[in-house]
This record gives sequence, structure tokens and C-alpha cells, in this order.
Amino acid sequence: MSALQYAASDTLVLAKRNLSRIPRAPDLLIGYTVQPIMFVLLFVYVFGGAINVPPEFGDYTDFLMPGIVVQTMSFGGFVTAIGLSEDLRKGLIDRFRSLPMARSAVLGGRTLSDIALNLLSIVIMMGVGLLVGFTFDANVLEILAGVGILLLFGYAWSWFFATAGLTASSSESAQAIGFIVIFPLTFASSAFVPPESMPAGLQEFAEANPFSTITDAIRSLWLDTPAHSDIWMSVVWSVALIAVFAPIATSRYRKATNR
Amino acid sequence: MSSEYAIEAEGLEKSYGDVHALAGIDLRVRRGSVLGLLGPNGAGKTTAVRILTTLLPPDSGWARVAGLDVVDDAAALRSQIGLAGQYAAVDENLTGAENLELVGRLYHLGKARSKERARELLERFELDEAADRLARTYSGGMRRRLDLAAALVAAPPVIFLDEPTTGLDPRSRANLLETIERRVAEGTTVLLTTQTLDEADRLADTISVIDHGKVIAEGTPDQLKGRVGGERLEVTLAEGADRETAIEALAPLADERPACDGGILKAPLRHGNGGIAEAVRRLDRADVGIDDIALRRPTLDDVFISLTGHAAEHEKPEGQEEDVAEEVAV
Repeated sequence: MSALQYAASDTLVLAKRNLSRIPRAPDLLIGYTVQPIMFVLLFVYVFGGAINVPPEFGDYTDFLMPGIVVQTMSFGGFVTAIGLSEDLRKGLIDRFRSLPMARSAVLGGRTLSDIALNLLSIVIMMGVGLLVGFTFDANVLEILAGVGILLLFGYAWSWFFATAGLTASSSESAQAIGFIVIFPLTFASSAFVPPESMPAGLQEFAEANPFSTITDAIRSLWLDTPAHSDIWMSVVWSVALIAVFAPIATSRYRKATNR
Repeated sequence: MSSEYAIEAEGLEKSYGDVHALAGIDLRVRRGSVLGLLGPNGAGKTTAVRILTTLLPPDSGWARVAGLDVVDDAAALRSQIGLAGQYAAVDENLTGAENLELVGRLYHLGKARSKERARELLERFELDEAADRLARTYSGGMRRRLDLAAALVAAPPVIFLDEPTTGLDPRSRANLLETIERRVAEGTTVLLTTQTLDEADRLADTISVIDHGKVIAEGTPDQLKGRVGGERLEVTLAEGADRETAIEALAPLADERPACDGGILKAPLRHGNGGIAEAVRRLDRADVGIDDIALRRPTLDDVFISLTGHAAEHEKPEGQEEDVAEEVAV
């Protein structure tokens, strides 16, 4: 096998290992899917009635679902942050780094298994969305293109979380870093409410926020609303996040030490 | 491996900020032998292991393991070594078998060979019955055995064991030591770090004592013990027994004049003078009553104190002293 084939095989072996944990320690997946489902119910039934959305979005459920799925994607990387942080503290990273495997495989395997989990959570979320009255105004290709953009965005956040997991002193603080960064970004965006309802300053922030860009891109694909530049800007944002955080995470991994 | 040494290092230095973890260490381990790296917490043992296993580059100096440079040939070197750390690095959410298969796959043994190797090792480490249980259900001793097995998956010529018995109960510890002894008998070169001195004594062919990032002594366990003198006689005098008479009676057997501390008389015993039996006869003839008499061999604890001026910082289990003393009931 060539070095590249070994790298691919090592990455897949580790991705499989990461995924095998999910059914065995299901608390992680439950926490990770139940919370967004609660958010759907909370926003649709509690806040939704008080939020006015522009008429082209149909009702609030249609407006909300793309935003909440985008938020869920950004949280998918938590599994990577927790996993890397635990591997580091338990000495598994030391073991991996002492093995003749591809140097890229641990991070590659982690972020790859996040994609599989994110796909699963898109299916669960949209299942719940359809139950509470979401309706697609899209063909199959547009739906799949939306899924692709979501997975790419989730993958980009996995690299942010890989950095957090390898930097934080514990998996709890890695999660805390994630919350601190992601909560303000998702709420000060077009994901839950139209930015036009926000005060000046915040409104400009929300419009420049990548979470708005991705959410609006998904809305344009799934609800047939105007796309503007959102779709290709979504790709640009995701690639930019990867370009920033993949090298940082990789360098942290190379120097990773548990003491 | 052209050299007769499986591990060679010269002038290894590593600092973290102002802390000199390693201040110039030289090591030489013959193929098929065991080096015990002995020192207290923070002496630099783990840093040395991390450098030799390519996890950490040295600031200066060089090291070769299995003939390969730890910096320049790091990638090739990794297929020649196995590492078992002090954390029992096993994935708790995988079964014992899956843990070893994972390591086998990452050594690029292939799927079938990895499975086969996992079964072999689980059997050899007496984990076959627990092979399909998740590692999180394992006891501390079982985890360590699994961790050690993982280091041996690719049957590497050199293995590094960083405090392999830390935190184990005495029985699991004894089991693990036996396992390591058997591996060594098969010709694997082992570098073992330890704070427990009797562990180094039992397993190592040569010992390097390190303290504050420097090798402060090296040699065989016997050579090191030789540096703190030979056997020592300890006599607990009976109530009312005369000290001076006892000292006079034992003086001809000792290298120097016996000393009396409390009710216990201590004498460094000269070799070939009939040992403890002669001492008992002499005390009997002098009519000195004794409660107890014992011959103490110097332990590596004694070595450590005489080399560093302080005891090795480890918790000494109750009654450890008795393991190395020959008690004679009187």
C-alpha cells in the first residue's frame, strides 16, 4: 500500500472506532439530539407565536428549521472535542503518536466520524421538523444540496472543536469553549429571528455572521427564497474555517502531550 | 540493527521553560536486556521515554532506538517500538479484543492478522474470557495487562514501559511483573521506568538512577548495592542484656565497630565469617539474651539515599522491609 492508501485506511479504522462508541455510550448521542429537538419544540410552540417572519418564509416553523439544523451542525463537533480531550488525558493520543500510522489519521478520523453523526442528526431533526409542520418547497437535488452545505459547515466546525479539544484542560472546558463561541453566534444571526428586528449594530453583526449566511443558503434551497450570494458564500465560509482551524488543530496534535 | 545496543542516547536535554526536565542523559541498553530507569517523581523518566518513543523532540543530544534516529527516522522507528504508559491507554468503549485489533490495524498488520494477534495476546495475558467485554468493565490490573498487550501487538524488538505497575494492588502487580519477565525471556529489549525500587531490582539487568534530569549512577543491581556496602546484621537485644558485651562479641565479625541504637544493635557484616549462624553462636557463648536477629541486605532504597541524600519519593508498602530480610527465630 502507498502512504496515501495507508492514511485513508488509518483514518477509516479510527472513524469506525469513534462511531462504535455511540451505541455503547449512548448518553452522548442522546444529549446531542434531544437538546435540538427541545429547541425545535420550544421555538415552534413557545416563542414562535410571538415572532413575526417575512411572508416569503411561510410560517415560523418553515423559517426556524433551517436555522436550527445549522445550529445543530455546529454542535456536532462536540463529539470531536470531547473525544480528543478524553483520548489525550487517557494517554491514547500518546499511544497513537507512537504507532507507525498516518499522522493525519487521528484528526481525520474524528472529523470524518462527525460527518456521519451530523448526517444522522439532520435526518432526525428534519423528521421532527416534518412532524411539527415544516414543508419543503424544493426538489430532491435542492434538498441534497442543502444537506451537502450543512455537512460541509459541520465539518468546518469539527476542526474548531478539534482545536478546542486539544487545547482545553478537560473535556468539560472544551465544551464550555464551544458554548461560549457558538451560542452568541447562532442567536445573533438569522437562524431564529429575522435580523431586521434587531437593534442597529447587532443587525449588521447578524447579517455578516456566517450562521446567517448558511441559514439563508439552506432557506433558499429548501424554501425557494432568494439566494443572493448565500450559497457560494456558505462554501467560502466553511472552507475559510477549515483553512484556519485545521492547521492549528494539526499543530496542536503534533505537540499534544498529556502532562 | 547493526549495533549491539537496542537503545543508545547521548547528551539528551529537554527543558520546559525554566524547568530542565533532562539535563544531559546518556543511556545504553544492550539488545535483549532490560534497563531500569529509576528515579523519584519529576526526575525526568517520562520525558526520556517520550523522547525515545518519538513523542517529543530533544532540545539537544541524540538518541537511536533499534538503530534508528528518534528525530530523523521517527516514522520508521515507530514500527520497531511498543509503548505502555502509566495511564493504561485503552479505549474504554471498545472490547479488549477490539482494542488490540485497533492497535494491530494501526501497525498495518492487516485485518486478519490483527484479529489473530489480538486473540493470541488476550490468551497469553489471561484476558481471553474478558475478550469481548468492554474495557470499561475491566479492573485496574486487567487494563494494565491489556495496555501491555497493546504494546506487544506488532512484536516490536524494543518496548518502553513507563511505570507499568503504578496504582496496582500487590497481587495485580505481581502478575504484571511476571508477565514482563516472560517477555524479556523471549529476547525483547525493555526500557522500564519505575519508582518502586524492588521492581527495578527484580526486572532490570542494568539500572540507571536518575534525579533532576541527570543519570547519577548506573550499573547492575548488585553493583549499585555494592556501593552502599554489604549485608548488615541487626540484633534486637533482650531486656537487661548487656550492650557492651554484645558489641564485643560481634566486633570480630564486623567491618566496623557495631553500633547500638535503642535496643537494636547494628553491624555491617564482613563476608565469609559464618554470617548469622556464627553471630548467634557468639552471642550465646557471651550469654547475651536476644529477642530477634536478622540479616538485612541493602535495598535500592539504601542506594537511593546514599546517592541522592534523600529517599526515593514513593509510598513504601507496609512490611516491604521483611521481603529482603532473612529472619531467624531465636
